[in-house]
Amino acid sequence: MAILTRRNFIQAAGAAAALPMLGSRAFAQDKLKVGFVFLGPIGDYGWTWAHNKGREAMQTALGDKIESVYVENVAEDASAIPVIRDLANQGCKLIFTTSYGYMDQTIQVAGEFPDVKFEHCTGFKLADNVSVYNSRFHEGRAVLGTISGMMSKSGTLGYLGSYKVPEVVLGVNSFPLAAQKKNPAATLKVVFIDSWFDPPKEAAATETLLNLGADIVTTHTDSPAPLQSLEQRGLHGFGQGADMSSFAPNAHLTAIEDIWGPHYTRRAQAVLDGTWKSSNIWEGMVDGTVVISPYSAAVPADVVAEADKIKAGYMDGSFDIFTGPIYDTEGKLKVEDGKTLTLDELAVMDWFVKGVETAA
Amino acid sequence: MSIEVLILTIITIVGISTPILLAGLGELVVEKAGVLNLGVEGMMLIGAIAGFATTVITGSPWLGMIGAAAAGALAALLFGFLVLALNSNQVATGLALTIFGTGLSSLIGLSFQGRIVAPFGSIFPPALSRDPFLKVLFGYSPIVYFALIMVVLVTWFLKSTRGGLILRAVGENDLSAHSIGYSVVGVRYAAIAFGGAMAGIGGAYFSLVITPMWAERMTAGRGWIALALVVFASWRAPRLLVGAYFFGLLMWLELYAKGGGLNGLPIIPAIPSQFWAAMPYLMTVVVLALISVRDRAGSNAPACLGKPFLTSN
Repeated sequence: MAILTRRNFIQAAGAAAALPMLGSRAFAQDKLKVGFVFLGPIGDYGWTWAHNKGREAMQTALGDKIESVYVENVAEDASAIPVIRDLANQGCKLIFTTSYGYMDQTIQVAGEFPDVKFEHCTGFKLADNVSVYNSRFHEGRAVLGTISGMMSKSGTLGYLGSYKVPEVVLGVNSFPLAAQKKNPAATLKVVFIDSWFDPPKEAAATETLLNLGADIVTTHTDSPAPLQSLEQRGLHGFGQGADMSSFAPNAHLTAIEDIWGPHYTRRAQAVLDGTWKSSNIWEGMVDGTVVISPYSAAVPADVVAEADKIKAGYMDGSFDIFTGPIYDTEGKLKVEDGKTLTLDELAVMDWFVKGVETAA
Repeated sequence: MSIEVLILTIITIVGISTPILLAGLGELVVEKAGVLNLGVEGMMLIGAIAGFATTVITGSPWLGMIGAAAAGALAALLFGFLVLALNSNQVATGLALTIFGTGLSSLIGLSFQGRIVAPFGSIFPPALSRDPFLKVLFGYSPIVYFALIMVVLVTWFLKSTRGGLILRAVGENDLSAHSIGYSVVGVRYAAIAFGGAMAGIGGAYFSLVITPMWAERMTAGRGWIALALVVFASWRAPRLLVGAYFFGLLMWLELYAKGGGLNGLPIIPAIPSQFWAAMPYLMTVVVLALISVRDRAGSNAPACLGKPFLTSN
């Protein structure tokens, strides 16, 4: 019943979002209209919040040349199809679908609208009018892992995951690999909660990780709830998607911020210029897409120095966390000494590295 | 599992269970009066934002909880007006209340995004609430104890008071209750308002206790679990208490199993996590089946549940 209602609601919300746009079509002919499909509410202070900041940055940068519309709370199932189609029907010539679970829906609707450009976030399926774009969050995760490896007293780290999809698996692997460079015995407990956004479940899962022995937790879900649990327990963790220090001033050590504005601006400009091409864009720290928030006072100076080394390594290209030797959970050598996993290999990663403990 | 970890685990489970206990208890009273209000999720969200907003403005989580109860009751009375005065379909109106509550809470919440308040934690001295062992008794928010007291009060009210008898009469046979002079509509308004107040407090438990912040749709479907819980408890308050903690245990077990906590056991790690997530609903179906097998005369469900009260009939 919950799912049915939510779907109905989303369709209603999609339709409601569509209504006000009809009136603006007449004078919108010369402007580029850019559509966004958002997974959560723009007020989640995480993933969707960051994408909406990117949209606002694009709007500011390009001003009168474009207008943008968005639909929030779009489920990652078949109900996304009419939402994407509506945006195209309303005259959007560039549509960003901002979550992994919209992959097939984006490809399907893109087939119906060959003159509309689509960009799907974190997926891997391309078409003539479909690009994919992603951010190398795992670079940031290596910085957090370094901090955790040095600051964890128990050597047991916690990871609150959403779904077992490559973009999450990459972070789950990057984090302990970096920690193990500082503390070879470090292990990682992982809980996947099968949701991107469920604050009470995120909080309960964080407490469960702590009860399983973790004393520092990083998250790949979208709300600040885990940080608030850590704050109440007097332990540490990291923000995800945005600087969340205001929600947990003591627990928050730093955060991985997603900065999408430059990408959205560049791609909208490319459509305006007629230079847009289907591409696979995967940017990281060096492009300013992945940013590490300021460290809190709780991070000691020697830890800051080591964390900054990782950052510097990514900035000048001298460091990559996925450089062998890397072993999987069974102890099998997966990446040979000196070899580095390519971005194509990372995009389909579905195994966990040594030290990861999870039932999934 | 050491005793310290066991205590922390109990605290986690109580935290998960309390909001569905509060909302379920309210809905139980509503359904006992013969009204099915499917708007629990919406009322919880309205309570969550009202409680948070009141706390931000006044600085007092106590006032926040009162605000949450008032807002939940107000939303419920809107539902009550539609189904009691206008005799609209209860199922459709309840669903509408959920959609309305989701939207209204998001709208009001716009001005409260990114704000935080101090968590509404234990009011006992730290010697009790922080003690590694004693905190299993004293380490909770006052709302946890409030929920337990309300279970006792509701049980007593329904079972042993004249008011409770009238409420049950209204839910079992509204026409008879009406013919001997009781105000069916009045009793139902009161029950609906009580249900809304409890759902509101349950919602505020999310925004003031578990995660002291406002996030859109932060109750994430717990209102539906509360509805399942009422059926699971077969409309008995003490069983609702057991059921709420049992559902909490199941929800915790899902997370614990996923984190590898059960990896030493032979079969359990192979169970997909979705199975655990479906357990509360599955258990409700099982209990429904058990009830109908055991009690051939029919379930314990109030006979007039969901039916409009039409005196002209």
